[in-house]
This record gives sequence, structure tokens and C-alpha cells, in this order.
Amino acid sequence: MQLLRMALRALRREWRSGELAILLAALSVAVAALTGVGFLVDRIGRALQAQASEVLAADARLESAETLAPQWAQQAQTLGLQTARLTTLLSVVFHDEQSQLANVRAASSGYPLRGALKIAAQPFAAGATTHELPATGECWPDSRLAAALGAQVGTILNVGALPLRVSRILISRPDQGSAFVEFAPALLINSADLAATRLLQPASRVEYALLLAGKRQALADFHRTFEAQQRAGERWADVSDASPQIGDAARRAGRFLSLASLVAVLLCAVAVAMSARGYLARHLDAVALMKTLGARRRFVLGVTVLQLLLLALAATLIGGALGWMMQSWLLRALAGFLRTDLPPAGWAPVLIGLVVAVAMLAGFALPSLLQLTRVPALRVLRRDVGPPPAALWLALLPALLAIVAVVYGTLNEWTLSLWFVAALAVMIVFLALGGALLVWFAGLTRRSVALTLRHGLANLARRRASSVAQIVAFGLGVLLLLVLSILRRDLINDWRTSLPPGAPNYFFVNIPVEQHEQFRAALLAQGASPERMLPMVRGRLIAINGAAVQRSGRRLADREQNLTWSNELGDDNRIIAGRWWRAEDAAKPLVSLASEFQESLGLKLGDRLRFDIAGELLEVKVASFRKVRWDSFRPNFFIVFPPGLLDGAAGSFMTSARYEPRAPGDLAALVQRFPSVSIFNIGDLLAQVRAVIDKAVTAVQSVFVFTLLAGLAVLWAAVQASRDERRYETAIMRALGAGRGMLMRSALSEFAAIGLLAGMLSASGAALGGYLLARQLDLHYRFNWPIWFSGVFGTLLVVSGSGYLATRPTLNQSPRTVLN
Amino acid sequence: MREVSFAVHARETVAVVGPSGAGKSTLLALLAGLDTPSSGKVWLAGQDLTALDEDGRASLRAARVGFVFQSFHLLPALTALENVMLPLELARRRDAAASAQAMLARVGLAERAGHYPRQLSGGEQQRVAMARAAVGEPVVLFADEPTGNLDAATGERIIQLFFELNAASDTTLVLVTHDRALADLCQRVLTMDSGALFDSGRPS
Repeated sequence: MQLLRMALRALRREWRSGELAILLAALSVAVAALTGVGFLVDRIGRALQAQASEVLAADARLESAETLAPQWAQQAQTLGLQTARLTTLLSVVFHDEQSQLANVRAASSGYPLRGALKIAAQPFAAGATTHELPATGECWPDSRLAAALGAQVGTILNVGALPLRVSRILISRPDQGSAFVEFAPALLINSADLAATRLLQPASRVEYALLLAGKRQALADFHRTFEAQQRAGERWADVSDASPQIGDAARRAGRFLSLASLVAVLLCAVAVAMSARGYLARHLDAVALMKTLGARRRFVLGVTVLQLLLLALAATLIGGALGWMMQSWLLRALAGFLRTDLPPAGWAPVLIGLVVAVAMLAGFALPSLLQLTRVPALRVLRRDVGPPPAALWLALLPALLAIVAVVYGTLNEWTLSLWFVAALAVMIVFLALGGALLVWFAGLTRRSVALTLRHGLANLARRRASSVAQIVAFGLGVLLLLVLSILRRDLINDWRTSLPPGAPNYFFVNIPVEQHEQFRAALLAQGASPERMLPMVRGRLIAINGAAVQRSGRRLADREQNLTWSNELGDDNRIIAGRWWRAEDAAKPLVSLASEFQESLGLKLGDRLRFDIAGELLEVKVASFRKVRWDSFRPNFFIVFPPGLLDGAAGSFMTSARYEPRAPGDLAALVQRFPSVSIFNIGDLLAQVRAVIDKAVTAVQSVFVFTLLAGLAVLWAAVQASRDERRYETAIMRALGAGRGMLMRSALSEFAAIGLLAGMLSASGAALGGYLLARQLDLHYRFNWPIWFSGVFGTLLVVSGSGYLATRPTLNQSPRTVLN
Repeated sequence: MREVSFAVHARETVAVVGPSGAGKSTLLALLAGLDTPSSGKVWLAGQDLTALDEDGRASLRAARVGFVFQSFHLLPALTALENVMLPLELARRRDAAASAQAMLARVGLAERAGHYPRQLSGGEQQRVAMARAAVGEPVVLFADEPTGNLDAATGERIIQLFFELNAASDTTLVLVTHDRALADLCQRVLTMDSGALFDSGRPS
């Protein structure tokens, strides 16, 4: 209690004397920037997730070949999640004499939980959004099914034992996705009619799905329960399973966003470190005095710790409020670019702000704090007596721990976090060494330049330690921002080029082997631009290194796979391990796998996989792993063999193309000429992906702007940190006869030199960092001179500008104070 | 400050004494142009300080005035030599380093030129401060309690040095002090009390 009273009293006094204002302001600005970015990442991230969820028609799905246990639906409802049921089965649908294999989808009310159905009166028409489902006794065939059966609105279709009237044509549904296992066209019926069709026989291939939507936390809780109690055959699916394209975009945007908030955290850490050090340095006298007056070490420590805690709390409140206001202002400014309303901001960022403020204060202030308590009381008499120097590890360890904790807390991934911290350490060492070198050089040149500049440079060289510290602080801030801006540019470029206006919008599957040349010619003749045409055969993975594959619910091992072989890698595929086929690999028993397949089954190079391909067993060795850009919308396969191995086995071919039918009959003509070819229009999916990417771009841009603001906060804090020292020196210099102009020019040349040095170092460091990080995020990196120059001159301008602003008030300090 | 009016002649040595809070430091600030009076005028070396702006007063100080402070006020980031060079640099003198080194030798600190203030004792710091004040060959040297922070023996040596420098370079000396012994060494003593000034004339 006495501690608290003492701490409060001390804080009040320091507040009155103005001591506290700087640290509190720096901390508040830091927390504001941090929570601002946090709020923004949180809200935009959730909007992005919502958009991406449309592909699943839900936030997540529970799937099984058996009826799902009723406990799941109950569990979901207890957690406040929305649910809907979807039962899918393959069945032949009849209309008079005509029949067609169709994917019968029986949906319960609520479906789709995300996105919307589009229906029309005619097949292949534009379609209007609806929130209804077919009524009992009715059905909605999709355009392909209606065309194949010659069905129109009013036609009666026989589905199993039940006649259903076509009331609308289904134009699109959010979950049509790009899962090419669904070769058959779809028929949507009401789940209440399902039993009457009598299609649910023990032998029939049915998939039961429970669709879930709701709060992230509730979903996470559900997922945890599910993983603990999951029964064989039950499977969890979320966005990344449903659409690799959208999953990809959302994942990379998410990574960028967490990286951006991490940068904000680190910028703030720098700001806090700079101000905390200054604050504690100014505390030396007070502590020595308290000791002279009889205070014990533990008491002094307690009071100071409490003071810092109270300070962190106050800063969190002020900064949190500021951050919230800034992000809502920023979002209003961006409102025109966002298509849907953003979900409201959560409280998490404020909490994170507090934790980070405390962690940073502890990490960066603790060493100085412990030092502080060792200040000998003798300091009261002899100012030159300071605390004994701390062991280096004691000074660095808490800061390092704080950084690791914060980085891991943001990225949630150990390897990436450790890489990040290591890279950060390298950057700091690089900046410090470069800074020391440049400061030394500036000291050398100071004799040969004009007076004011010389004074600036001389100051720089004379205060070598603090100059280097400032260069590291400015440089680190700018470096992080530059890396982020390089990444932002690459990410956005990458997205834009990955979905060019000419991206394929149709997939063609089941192209007969003997007709595939003609089909290609027919597409070209209709003005379409087909991509590569790949052979396809169905097969099942049955053993890995001789051990039979368990049907364990692991998604990729569970079902029949589409296999292909190809000579070409394609620029949408990148080898990440092993090597691609050479001429001598033809017909060798090798295989190249997509990275998703590798991760799902935990495979490594050289593993032997045995496939069952139409009853024939084939054993192959894993020769390479590929990173596939699914959002290229070109034909791509998880499993690719070298040419010559399976040449005789091809069941069919597939391709994709940009195709705009010139006349309404064109597509129908194509269907008639190649009746067995399945045609998928993925225009809607493409639009969904575009929408996600647009949102991701907005997110990345606005979070970037916010992080820039955080960077300015750091500069401000760094400049403020030297304010007291400057104020004192200015007063003496003026008493000795220095004019204001001279002092200003000298300060400006000092800041300009720091800015130039920090700018050059950080721009070069950023180029390297950008290159390394781009590899982490699977981006193409290109060195960019404009960014380098804008880094250098931007830093120069901003540092000089903040230097000017920080120096100006000290010039008004009356030289009279030197007499006191 | 009430109705204070007096003149100090060239090469005169004047002490200002008086109890704490009497206004001694304020008077000194006005004399050196560190502060301006709300009414009245101050002339320094033939110039009306009240007619000059801040920077004008600063350049006058740079050219004509030397300062010694009670708490030394050396710049902590500069070495002893660099501190002494400062006024010369401000006056744009080319021989700053050489003159400063010579002046440090005169106060007996040639060996300590490369030391930082925190590495020097109080007496040494004040000697550096005196070297800094004298190096520019000022017309007037102002000193604010120059021995206030020093023990008696060190203070005595400093005072000795003060008058040596004053004699050698014909400088006018105005010092504020509590130290009666120091005041007695001056040609004239002014006593301040509650903002009023009494000329006590020559010390006894």
C-alpha cells in the first residue's frame, strides 16, 4: 500500500514537472499505433474470412459418408453457431426417356449459410439472387442438367421414387467451387423430400455435411471438441480445403497482415525502449536521493516497477482509445473501396496493446531498472558516480525475451518467429556496425566542411554511442517499413498478375482421348484460348513405403485421385524440393507431388508410393515436390508422373480456357459435338476470388498506411529522447553566444546526417530483407531503385523534419536557465 | 529589481553580494543579455542590449563576453579541449584548437585535454570552465558563484587563477558571490537586497 501511495505520489510530481509527459506520450502513441493496426487487421481479416467463406457456403463443414451423429448439431447450437444440413448423392435423374447422372443435393433451410444462390427461368441465363430453397415437391436443376435433359420450368423430373417439378433453374451456388470430383451436374432439392426418393440405400455413395457459421471463437471451440471426439470417417473442412485459390489469397493476406502488425509492435518497441531509457536516466538522481533518505533497495525497486506499470496502464487506455478512433476514421476514409460492411471491432487489440506495453516496458526498461536500484547514495554528492555496469546478458536477455514473446504471439509459428527474430538481430547488428562506421567517417570529414555542418557532424561524432543508437532506431523503423512496402508491392502485383483479365473461366473435363486434338481445334475455332491439355487417369494411393495407407480421414489419402503425366512444369508450378523431369526420366517409375499432398501425408523425397490404377499396381519413387499456384486456373494436379510411364492408360484429357461464346448457341453446339465432355463455368468462382483479392489488397494498403503512422511515432519518440540533453546544451551554447540560426542549422545538419545514414543503411537492408521475406511468402522479388531512393530521401526528409520540430522549442529555452 | 542604476568601467573588477533571493542572478542575467528588463536599459560594451534581438545579443556575447557558472555547465558530450574550443568556434576563429590547447595549458590542464567532464574533479571542471570563458579574450567576464561548488582550498586556487587571467588580459570582471573573501579581492562591491542595489564602494 505504501508502495502504491509512493508510486502514485511520484507519478503525480513527475507529471507536474513535465518529466512524465514524454514517456507517457511515446507509450500512448505506440499503443495507439499498435491497437490501431490490431483493430484494422482484426476487422478486415474477418471481412476477408467472411468473403472467403462463401466458397464453402459456410465458415466450416463437417463431412462424413455416414449419418453425422446428432451430438454435433446440438453442440453447434449450444455454442451459438448457425447450422444447415446438406446431403449429397449421385443418382440418375429421368425426364421421359432421357436420363442423366446427377449430383442430387438435398439442403435444409438455412443453406447456404454464406453467399447466396442464383436462379433463373432459363438455363445459362444471368440469374437473380434468392434466399429461398426449392419447396417440397419441387426441384432446381442446374443449367447443365436442364440442358442435358431438355428440362424447362414446369417439367417433371423423376428422382429415385419421387417425381419433382422443376420450379427454377439453378444458375449458381456459392459452393460449386473448383472441386472437379463433381463431374456430374447438380440438382438441388429440399431435404424434406430426401426420404421419399428412397435413394438412401446402404450401398449408395452419400455424403452428409453439417454446415456451420458463426463467431470465430465458437468455431474454434467446436473444432477443438470435434478433434477430440471425432469418429472414423468424419472430416472437418474449411476454406483452404474448399478452394485452394481463395485459401491461398486469404492465407497470404493474413500473413502479410500479421507481419504488418508485428512491424507495428516492433516500431513501438523501439519507441518505448528509447523513451524508457531516457526516463530512467533522468531517474538516477531521484533514486540516489531516496536511498540517502533511507529507502531500501527493494522499496526503490517496488516503487519504480509500480510506476512503470501504472504508466503502461494509462498509456494503454489513452493509446487504445486513440487507436480505435484512428482505425474507424481510416475505415470511413476507405469506405468507398470496401464492398461489404465490416464486422465491428473486437476488444482483443486493446488487451494485446496492454500486454505488449507491459512486455516492452519490462523487456527494455528492466535492465536499466535493476541498474537504477544499484545507484549508490553517493551520487547525491558526486554526480559522476553511476550504477555499476550490468552484465551484457542481463541487459539484452529481457529485451530478447520480450521480442521473441511478442513475435511468437503475433505469428503463432515457431520457425517463422525464430527466423524473424534472427533476421531482426542481423538487421540491428548491420545497422549498428554500419552506423558506427558512418559516424566515424562523418567525424573524419568534419574538419573540411562549413562551420554549421561541421558542428552538426562533430556533434554526431562526439556523441558516438547515442548517434549510433539513433541511427539504429531510425534505421530499424525505416527498414521495417520499407520491407513492408516492398512486400506490399510484390504481393499486390502478384495477385493482380495471377488473375489477369484473360484468366481461364471454363474447365473442360472428360475429353475423350481420341478426340482431344479435335476438341482443342474446336475451341480455337470458337475464339477461345485453351491452356495446356493434360491426360487424366483415376487411381488410389494404397501404400507408402510398403505400408498400407489407413483410411484415417486424411483428406487426400481417402479418395480416388486424378493422376496425370506431363513433360512441362509450367510457370504456375515451382519445384521446392528434388528436381523436375529430364529427358532421361521418361517412363521411369517416379512421381512429383504438390506440396499440399506432401504436407497432408508427411512425405519426403525418395518415399515409395504404390498406386492402384484401374486394378494395376504401380510403385513409384517421390522425385520432387511442387508449390502449385492454384489461382492460375490452369489444369493442375496433385500427382504428376513423367511422360511415357502411363501413356496407354489415359482415360481422358482435361484443359481450361478463356472462353466467351460469341452466340448463345455456341456452347450448346460444343456440347452436342462432344457430348461426353463436362463443361464447368468457373466465372462465378473467378469473381469470388477477385472479390477476396480486392478485399485483401484494401486490407494490405490500409494496414500499411497505419503502420507508416506507427513509424512516425517512433521517429518522434527517438527525437524526443534527446530533447532534454538538447535543451541543456542549447541554453549553454546560447549563453556562450551562439545564435538561434546557427543552432538550428547545426541541429538540422546533425539530423540530416543521421537521416541520410539511417536511410542508406535501411534502404539497403530492406532490399535484402524483402528478398528473404518474399521467398517466405512465395513471391517474386525484384530490386527496385525508386523504393531505394525514396527510402533514403524519405528518411532524410522525415528525420530532418522531426529534428526541426523537436529542436525548435528548445531554441526558445531562455539562456537564463544556466544561472540556476 | 527596483531602480537599479550603476556603471562598471573597463578593466574594473566588481563583486555583487547579497543574501539568497536578493536578485543577484537576475541582475547578472540582465547584464549579460540572457534576459531583458521589463523596463529600463542595459548597455554592454557600448551597445544597448535592450535594442538588440535575441540573436543580436547572442553574437555580442560571442564576441565580447566570457562566462563562468556555479555548476560549471560544461557540455558533457565534449572533451575538455572541445569545451574550450566552443566559444572560438562560435566566433568563427580558425585557430580554435591551438588557442584552446594553449589556454588549457595556462590553467594547468594541458594533460587533461582529452578527458570528458565526468572524468574531471570539480576543481578541474571549473578550471576548464574558466579556460572556456577566457579563451575568446572577452571584454567582460561574468562569473556566477564561481567557487560556490568547491571546497575552500580549491576555491582559493580558482580565485587566484581568476585574478591572474584578469590581470594578464585587461578584462572587466563582474562576479556574483557569497564569498566575502572573494568579494574583498575586487575593486568594488555592490550589495543587492530585495531587488535594490547599494554601492558599498571599495572593500575595506
